[in-house]
Amino acid sequence: MIGRVVVGLLVGFMTLPTAVVVVASFNPTAILSFPPEGLSLRWYENALTYAQFQRAAVNSVIVTGASALLALPIGTAAALALVRRPLRARGFWSAMLLSPLIIPGVAIGLGFLILAARFGLLANRAVLIAVHTVLVLPFVIRSVVANLDPELERAAASLGARPRRVFRRVTLPLLRPGLFAAVLFAVIVSVNEFVVSLFVSTRVTEILPVAMFTYVVNYTDPTMAALSTLFIGATLIAVLLTDRLLGLSRILHIGDDR
Amino acid sequence: MILLLPAILVMALLAIALAALLQFSVLEFIPGSLRTGGLTTRNLDAVLSPLYLRYIWDTVVLSALTTVLTLVASYPVAYALARSRSATMRSLLLVLTLAPFFTGAIVRTYAWMLVLGNTFIHWPVKLLFEPAGVLIGLVHFSMPTMILILAAAISHIDRTYERAAASLGARPWRVFWRVTLPLSMPGVVSGSLVVFAWTFSALPTPELLGGGRVKMIANVVKDLALDAFNWPGSAAFAAVALAITFLLLAVVTRALTRAGGAAA
Repeated sequence: MIGRVVVGLLVGFMTLPTAVVVVASFNPTAILSFPPEGLSLRWYENALTYAQFQRAAVNSVIVTGASALLALPIGTAAALALVRRPLRARGFWSAMLLSPLIIPGVAIGLGFLILAARFGLLANRAVLIAVHTVLVLPFVIRSVVANLDPELERAAASLGARPRRVFRRVTLPLLRPGLFAAVLFAVIVSVNEFVVSLFVSTRVTEILPVAMFTYVVNYTDPTMAALSTLFIGATLIAVLLTDRLLGLSRILHIGDDR
Repeated sequence: MILLLPAILVMALLAIALAALLQFSVLEFIPGSLRTGGLTTRNLDAVLSPLYLRYIWDTVVLSALTTVLTLVASYPVAYALARSRSATMRSLLLVLTLAPFFTGAIVRTYAWMLVLGNTFIHWPVKLLFEPAGVLIGLVHFSMPTMILILAAAISHIDRTYERAAASLGARPWRVFWRVTLPLSMPGVVSGSLVVFAWTFSALPTPELLGGGRVKMIANVVKDLALDAFNWPGSAAFAAVALAITFLLLAVVTRALTRAGGAAA
């Protein structure tokens, strides 16, 4: 019983900010008050018509789309290479490919900023796409590796299947859940990436999180609450859909299946 | 090997960028210009002055506190997630855990600005723009990651060990302390490492919840690079942060692995 109360309180702590943002987004006045003195959709209108948010949203779609398209085949190939034997120094390669996960974002961001300046690419979206590909790649590799079992490929081969047939009949079907998880993670990581993007973008190329950060620093009206609510809503739908279609517990290897 | 090549090329880009960072950290800063002068150790000297060492110390303290608090707050949720018999309950917990994970740092930090300001809840002590507020934001930010890693580790525990302990007369709490917790140590270790490393380089949470009064390493790197245009100075500080991250990770990994090994 105590356990349930504790878990309930902790989950409450985790969802509290979301609840507050949603309430704040319908606040009728620029200065927040609670309880609200009415309901209004004006901040939603403001968020959706603010030119800089629109521009940043387009940038986000381009950068996330391009980096996912690049990272998916590159990461899948690398995952296959890592899982299959024999590969010399597998530990080294896998540590290197996963290193962007622990290198501080400011170091990556500043490094790419210096490089971009040196090659005259300061206002170029290509730098953002390259950086996002680097950051997304570890997630793609991990998702694919976690859902791949090379024993099954070997079994098929030992039963006489040619490499092409093994790939088409065993590897590809096995890859499907991993690829789906990879796309999901790639999009989520890229859409939300802030630190590195802040360093390598300008007002023209900046993606949504950077534009949102600038807005929060400069304005206090609930426009950000409205945009955040839209973000949270979209995320929730994505999470629920994934759970329905694939089972989140299965992708994430959580659950009591013994 | 051919399959690995494209990924290695992408990572080579990262390596070149980090090499450029290290190179800038020993080049002279010319105020008002993005060009750099000759070789100098002045940037590194500045970074090791008491002012900057305080930022590093504050970051270490905040990261350590965040890791411990996140671990304590995440374990019960992870346990419930891994062990709940009802699939609906599991799905609910998972969605509630993952939703903040997927909404991104800016949205979540902004949300905490609203919560910690005094509009909705009247806090007895000032939290916004104070270290305590930053700490709350950092713990909240780290919890989903920790929960996912812990839940995966707890799910992997063979339950026959727990049943054996119980059948030998151990009370549920004792079973937890002596069997479940030690067996989940791999998750505790990797979760703590990830949370520590991420918190150590946190930028948006201290930036927005600290309001310029609480600064961690990443905030100083950002100020130097993007506001003062002192790229060499910023690079020196980022290089030191990079070195400390790897050093601490190595030390903590060793300590935790040893503790985990002893407990198991």
